[in-house]
Amino acid sequence: MRRDADSAVVVEAENLERRFGEFVAVAGISFAVRAGEVFGFLGPNGAGKSTTIRMLCGLLAPTAGRGRVAGFDMVTETERIKSRIGYMSQRFSLYDELTVEENIDFFSGIYRVARNRKKARKDWVLEMAGLQGHRRTRTAHLPGGWKQRLALGCAVLHEPPIVFLDEPTSGVDPASRRAFWTLIQEMAAAGTTVFVTTHYLEESEYCDRLAIIDRGRIVAAGTPTELKRDHMRGTVLEINCRRPFEAMRMLERLPGVREVALFGAGLHAVVDGDGEVAAMIRSRLEAAGFAPVEVASAVPSLEDVFVSLVEERSRRESGVKEGKGR
Amino acid sequence: MIMWERVLQILRKEFKIVFRDPRMRLVIFGVPVIQCLIFGYAVTMDVRDARLVVMDLDNTPASREVVSAFLGSPYFRAVGWTRDWAEARHRLDAAETSGVLRINSGFGEALGAGRPAPVQLILDGSDSNTASLILGYSRQVVARISGVVLEARAGATAGRVGPGVELRERAWFNADLTSRNYFVPGIMAVLVMLVTLMLTSMAIVREKEVGTIEQVMVTPIRRSEFILGKSLPFAVIGLVDVGLVTVVGVGWFGIPIRGSFALLLLGMGLFILSTLGIGLFISTVSSTQQQAMMTTFFFFFPAMLLSGFVYPIDSMPEPVQWVTLANPLRHVLVVIRGIFLKGVGADVLWPQLVALLLIGVLVQLFAISRFRKRVV
Repeated sequence: MRRDADSAVVVEAENLERRFGEFVAVAGISFAVRAGEVFGFLGPNGAGKSTTIRMLCGLLAPTAGRGRVAGFDMVTETERIKSRIGYMSQRFSLYDELTVEENIDFFSGIYRVARNRKKARKDWVLEMAGLQGHRRTRTAHLPGGWKQRLALGCAVLHEPPIVFLDEPTSGVDPASRRAFWTLIQEMAAAGTTVFVTTHYLEESEYCDRLAIIDRGRIVAAGTPTELKRDHMRGTVLEINCRRPFEAMRMLERLPGVREVALFGAGLHAVVDGDGEVAAMIRSRLEAAGFAPVEVASAVPSLEDVFVSLVEERSRRESGVKEGKGR
Repeated sequence: MIMWERVLQILRKEFKIVFRDPRMRLVIFGVPVIQCLIFGYAVTMDVRDARLVVMDLDNTPASREVVSAFLGSPYFRAVGWTRDWAEARHRLDAAETSGVLRINSGFGEALGAGRPAPVQLILDGSDSNTASLILGYSRQVVARISGVVLEARAGATAGRVGPGVELRERAWFNADLTSRNYFVPGIMAVLVMLVTLMLTSMAIVREKEVGTIEQVMVTPIRRSEFILGKSLPFAVIGLVDVGLVTVVGVGWFGIPIRGSFALLLLGMGLFILSTLGIGLFISTVSSTQQQAMMTTFFFFFPAMLLSGFVYPIDSMPEPVQWVTLANPLRHVLVVIRGIFLKGVGADVLWPQLVALLLIGVLVQLFAISRFRKRVV
């Protein structure tokens, strides 16, 4: 589904900012999404993902900055944007009191889906969500995964070229999550641009491109491969030895070791440089009685990248603060 | 351009949601009937059978005639007879009686001799409303006795003397001054106000709480379409309640409806314009249903107290009387009572109808200007 680098930009933000009183939720972010890509917004809770998406959808006015969605200005042309986008939030906002079919009919009416397309669209949603046998079930009684797919269906009844999904998989079981991502991939394959936020790291591997957002700022952006290659400070070593927990405590104090974490049955350590530190670690561990010791360099996962980026920033900022304190 | 398809979708959805909720069904159809019954039977300002302790210390044919004139009227009944002042006083203290009718010894003699013959009525003034009503009734009773006595004296002495000044009362529109006739039609307005205020503000705020409003606001729907779709169902429900109260009031309590029902619907329609506007406004300032409920009552009680529904506007201090002019409930009550009891038409009620239209349009414009498609 990778689009050419030169395909049209359909969503772009320029120094977008949103404050709530004193609190800066989004602190001047810029990015561009190209037609047909799956663009992921990855970040911890409270990073500003939802705020950004709500600004792009015209639900929230930005405090500063500019942006365009589907070629229209985010601030002055929100209503024109709204007929060209689909939006689904983590709350799966459907009417619980209405049946599956009534929810579809309602949104189909609100979006003014053409009369001759209505039936086809309804059938498509029912099939996509696997709800053919549940037309008359009250939405309140549906399990989470089905609700999620119905919410997605209702959000794209009008076949919008751009879809915004705000943590669409939160609170849904893993099988449903997997199925949902398959749906997203299918939509993207059919040419829809998908802008999706998530805090699940493994999900971000499904995205064509990603921006990692932390406390209102984009800390890194690129394809998953680029992120792993360019944004990993230091090398990731996979260490297997005896009593890994004790070994971790010891390694943390060694020079050149940035972080150590338990990983599976062994440890993952992020270190400066590569060969020398690895050799030093091995000899230190063996000397301390943790043998047999195996040290190998590992391919960083997005989780390693993410943790390293977020911790890097915290470290830098707390350093700045201490500096000011003196 | 308003897209009626969208309005219709919202409208249909509101009806479904309201009627699928059993509590809502009760609020819409049960509460009006219950309120009618309460106001029709229980809440009455009339004094019937006021309790009296009789203390006849004279005990002559003349004094007994006075006592029986009191007890023979529909307004009084005796709850005790005594010759002991301490006991009478105790019964007043214990609120076992509303008053003591005391006739001192020598009453009959004085009357026979043509001298002034006083009768004392001691009232429990702690309930000032009842006391003043009793006072009024007892004046009537005493006036009747005096009239008879005077006539008898005049006849006995010099043949024909005129009867003096006499007041002949007729209460038009409500001949027996039953407060039921006054209250039950009024409930219509109070109820419709409560139901429409509540339903509109709750319907919008509930969507805020659940998050569905966001899903609707992210569609190309227009503000006007959304507001219309959210208001019309409750206007219809309000008018159905008007019919319901009319049926119960006229059919069950025999309250007369002397004017045009169509005019009543028009008046109520104009009134609902205001209440829906206030409901919409409440929804813009509340983010939870509790807040909406509190704010609704914050509007509702002053509106009810300052409307003339229970307490007469004429008795309010003048600045407050001016304030009541902004209260749509005040105007609609005049319309309702005018139509039910007086049978008057638009030729008389037009100032109220114009006032309702004006207030309604202003409130609507204000509320609509405050309503935003942006959620935060």
